[in-house]
Amino acid sequence: MAFKDAVLKKSLWLFHFGGASCNNCDIEVLDCLTPRFDVERFGMKLVGSPRHADVMLVNGSINKRDKPRLLEVYEQMAKPCLVVAIGACGCTGGIFAEGNTFAGPVDNIIPVDAYIPGCPPKPEAIIGGIVKLISK
Amino acid sequence: MLDTLFYFLIYPGLLFAGIIGGLLTWVDRKLTAQVHFRKGPPMMQPYYDFLKLLLVKETTVPASGSRTAFLLAPILALSGATIAGVLILLPLFNITAGFSGDIIVIFYLLAIPSLMYILGALASGNPLAAVGGSREMKLVIGYELTFLLVIAGIILKSGQAISINEIILMQKTGIANIGSISGVLLFIAGIFCIQAKLGLVPFDMGEAETEIAEGAFIEYSGSAFAMIKLTKYILFLALPAFLVTLFMAGTNWAGIGILWSVLKILAVVVLLTLIRNTNPRLRIGQAMRFFFVWMNLFAIAAIVLTYFGL
Repeated sequence: MAFKDAVLKKSLWLFHFGGASCNNCDIEVLDCLTPRFDVERFGMKLVGSPRHADVMLVNGSINKRDKPRLLEVYEQMAKPCLVVAIGACGCTGGIFAEGNTFAGPVDNIIPVDAYIPGCPPKPEAIIGGIVKLISK
Repeated sequence: MLDTLFYFLIYPGLLFAGIIGGLLTWVDRKLTAQVHFRKGPPMMQPYYDFLKLLLVKETTVPASGSRTAFLLAPILALSGATIAGVLILLPLFNITAGFSGDIIVIFYLLAIPSLMYILGALASGNPLAAVGGSREMKLVIGYELTFLLVIAGIILKSGQAISINEIILMQKTGIANIGSISGVLLFIAGIFCIQAKLGLVPFDMGEAETEIAEGAFIEYSGSAFAMIKLTKYILFLALPAFLVTLFMAGTNWAGIGILWSVLKILAVVVLLTLIRNTNPRLRIGQAMRFFFVWMNLFAIAAIVLTYFGL
């Protein structure tokens, strides 16, 4: 079991789910892949299909239209998988928390393993969050 | 019998080709990172990826797909790649001499992985996979003719020899095939065929990550995807080794020859990586025109030049 965990930690493939985001967090997520931050050092890479993913990055407020889609993508992921909520909207709802169409922060819908607050979080914060997730 | 099993499963088959091929994909990824001024993944990364997919992740089967074909396709792709790899590497490493006509058998075996990717994609019942599968199909139609012409040119240059061993001997006694004008033209056509067979960037429309989310492989997960990864690792050793066999006088595993042999294979891999990193993805029509018009022209020109002894 320890061996399986070690292998999983060394090769986390990320799938990026953007809710009703203002796109700032999306840009910061992409920043992590640039030469300056280069998360491929840790064996992480962005994949296009949730079937391949080990970690789902969720950002943006989840409204009533996003909720069934988020649930479906979560069910499509091959288990074991982890979920990371990025940004104020992902963690708590941020300024949208009291909105009409708001369907709850991410952890009301699916289990979340790590929270990365910030509006938007810096790439350093995102990498820090993932490191905490790995060392958990 | 035991010998054959050893060849296919351990050396130079599944285990050896998987490990060395994985190392070569790491060279490819590391070099890509260096071209981007990044640091790149650690050396063990291909093995972590493979073991994670094989041991940790669950294998999902799409509800609307055909279960048997979907799960059988990666295994058949892996067997095709392994057998082709063994037939290429046995004469190359001087283990056995191979048999007469093995170059033709290798040509057919190298087509199996692509065909199985298409089969698996179409069996998965996913519309994006179907798009990926149909693109891959068109690409196969595009490059197979060129690949056959390249092999025909090599056979012609080696005096109608149709076994890999004879082709290597021919080059060792005389001049390597790449040392002539027709050889250079054939090498250019050959390296683009290899690029398309490996699904690297100018020709990766079948598994385009950004438009159709890995296309043909979109529904694969867990150990089935691990089989596909292993197929790719093995092809990453087998296809550059095939080019080295056909064009650069094979390898020589004694003394300083070891260094040259490794450098030859690495040179082909580096060339593939640089082509991959300096080109955008082509549309499928552009790729087919590239192979049908330009690469076929190169190969036919090379065959004509061979007749004049150039």
